[in-house]
Amino acid sequence: MAGVAPEQAADLTAAPEAAAAEVPPELVAQTLGEYLRAYGARIRAGESGVLPVIAAMFAIILVFWAISPNHVFLSPVNLVNLFQQAAVFMVLAMAEGFALILGEIDLSVGFVGAVGAAITVQLIQPITTNWHWIPAILAGLAACAVYGAIQGTLITRLRLPSFIVTLAGFLIANGIFLKILLLGPFSGYPNLAGQSDNLLVIYNLMWGTIDPTISWIGAAIVVLGLGLSIGWADLRRRRSGLVAPPASLTAIKIGLIAVVAIVVVAICNSNRANIGTLEGVPWMIPIVLAVLGAWTVLLQRTRFGRYVYAIGGNPEAARRAGVDVSLVRTVGFALCSFTAGVALLLYASLLGGMSNNLQGGQYVLFAVAAAVIGGTSLFGGRGKPLHGVLGGLVIAAIYNGLYLQGISQVEWQYIVTGLVLLAAIIIDAASRRGASSGSVTRA
Amino acid sequence: MTAAVAEPRPTDGMLLKVRELDKHFGPVQALYHVDLDLPYGQVTALCGDNGAGKSVLTKCIAGIYQPDHGQVFWEGNPVHTRNARDAAHLGIETVYQDLALADNLDIVQNMFLGRERLRSQVLLDEDSMERAAKETLAGLRVTTVRSIRQPVASLSGGQRQSVAVAKAVMWNSKLVIMDEPTAALGVVQTRMVLDLIKRLRDRGLSVMVISHNLTDVFEVADRIAVLYLGRLVVQDKASAFDLQTVVQYMTTGGSGPTAGSRSRDN
Repeated sequence: MAGVAPEQAADLTAAPEAAAAEVPPELVAQTLGEYLRAYGARIRAGESGVLPVIAAMFAIILVFWAISPNHVFLSPVNLVNLFQQAAVFMVLAMAEGFALILGEIDLSVGFVGAVGAAITVQLIQPITTNWHWIPAILAGLAACAVYGAIQGTLITRLRLPSFIVTLAGFLIANGIFLKILLLGPFSGYPNLAGQSDNLLVIYNLMWGTIDPTISWIGAAIVVLGLGLSIGWADLRRRRSGLVAPPASLTAIKIGLIAVVAIVVVAICNSNRANIGTLEGVPWMIPIVLAVLGAWTVLLQRTRFGRYVYAIGGNPEAARRAGVDVSLVRTVGFALCSFTAGVALLLYASLLGGMSNNLQGGQYVLFAVAAAVIGGTSLFGGRGKPLHGVLGGLVIAAIYNGLYLQGISQVEWQYIVTGLVLLAAIIIDAASRRGASSGSVTRA
Repeated sequence: MTAAVAEPRPTDGMLLKVRELDKHFGPVQALYHVDLDLPYGQVTALCGDNGAGKSVLTKCIAGIYQPDHGQVFWEGNPVHTRNARDAAHLGIETVYQDLALADNLDIVQNMFLGRERLRSQVLLDEDSMERAAKETLAGLRVTTVRSIRQPVASLSGGQRQSVAVAKAVMWNSKLVIMDEPTAALGVVQTRMVLDLIKRLRDRGLSVMVISHNLTDVFEVADRIAVLYLGRLVVQDKASAFDLQTVVQYMTTGGSGPTAGSRSRDN
């Protein structure tokens, strides 16, 4: 009866504002003004991207800068210190991201990563095994990956809840970790002090610096590479007649990346030592960026990554589409544990060794908190490695700022971190509810 | 008919024939000696009350269940579909009632889920997938979506149904099976989906629609087949029925008041 035209008109008017808000703004905007309006609608609907976490970070930085003694919070010494503290949270949050996007959780990341790091630190000790650092790191990370694959197999093949399996895995890994520490003549504290190139390499993961000139060149290459690839992708889309974001927006994006790179390198390149010189970008920054880049490409540009998101969104749809759901989940857990190994290796480097003081349980909460604060959903299907990096920076900033205020007691750090995690989850759940109630009215 | 098939067609004009199909689950006989014909380029409605065996028959055709006895002929040749992939290979796609879409993925990602195109062996070829998805949607005149890069969560029920159908017809399919396509939809959305079904037929595809809604059935169906307690009691041109007779077949298994008891005596 009804022709095509009235049907379309009716359908368009039937779609309420909320539906428009869920469309990524760069898809419907041709100009910067339209883009900003579309983005505003999206934020009001709770679908906000990374802008809120960046805004929150600036707020935290401002507050701590204002209240810290002599405004020491924003001094280069403290900022580099902050980056180093954040590195562990960031990488651990990227690890947890695999489990969260799959719609699962991994409570074991803290101690599983610690097992890997302890293996590496023990293997390179000159007076015992004296391995070269490369095979030692590979052995540690491989142990993590195998541990994660076993947990993933139990979860997928026996259909056990990931919460319980990784809780058991957490305890078992804690025990294995303590056992490994007791090996060798180090009374439970194998450390990185000593005259050995292998020890030095691991120590330098966190504390080593890159020559200032090379730091600038490296930053320029990274910015140029990212800029070219973003610009090239836009150009290709436009050429093949697809909708591309407005060119001014792309330019602003690349400009922001350049500004961040310049600020970070400038901070790191200033002399941070009281006596002598300490300058240059710490190795840990390119390491974190490498993990970020690798996992971003894997999750967003490959079939495996697409399946991870699909399983997080609707496992049944993925299964019917021919995706090997069990395999993807198991590999996801293996990558989660593997990345946790990288995070705890950075922790060992920061600490200058491995110790049974490690609060593996607390680190899991930090990892989940960082990922969720950054914008990853606890309900599966939504999240990016970048969220872990931003969230990790927020958590480290809170920690560092409280410490500078002299609030170094563990009690307060626990309470504040717990509150931040709670706030992030409330926002996550609220935006989720907002989205689903929107769909009900639209159906 | 303007079907997009190159192969010579069987002389009887049937894309799919089911002969003497039996299926039981333990002691329950779900299908009993079912004969069903699906002609080229027509919409066949499969009707039946709850528990009549509509879903089981659909799943036997789609490769999800294996029949106990009987034979399925596809374009005149006997075939065995062991899984959904085999069925898809023949050109049979099923749109289930729950649509099987991932809400967090966008339209393009959903349409290509499990069959992503790659460039340089590893990376996803997003641009080529987006173009192909756009063409398919335009071909079906699904034009109400704002952007094919918006997540499926932001679509209306009719739009979601359209995406699920577009996903099914992208792969040179010849038969699209739709399970209760209008069950959860409002008036406008229902109209949108019914028009879409007609467009599939205009493109030469065969469609099998499972539906409780007889108004919708009479609007789109060229043929009607009725299942009653696992038996296919009647199939014919839609014009051979009226609403009353279809209801009678569905509830009693026959066209007369005594037909139901007769069919139960068998």
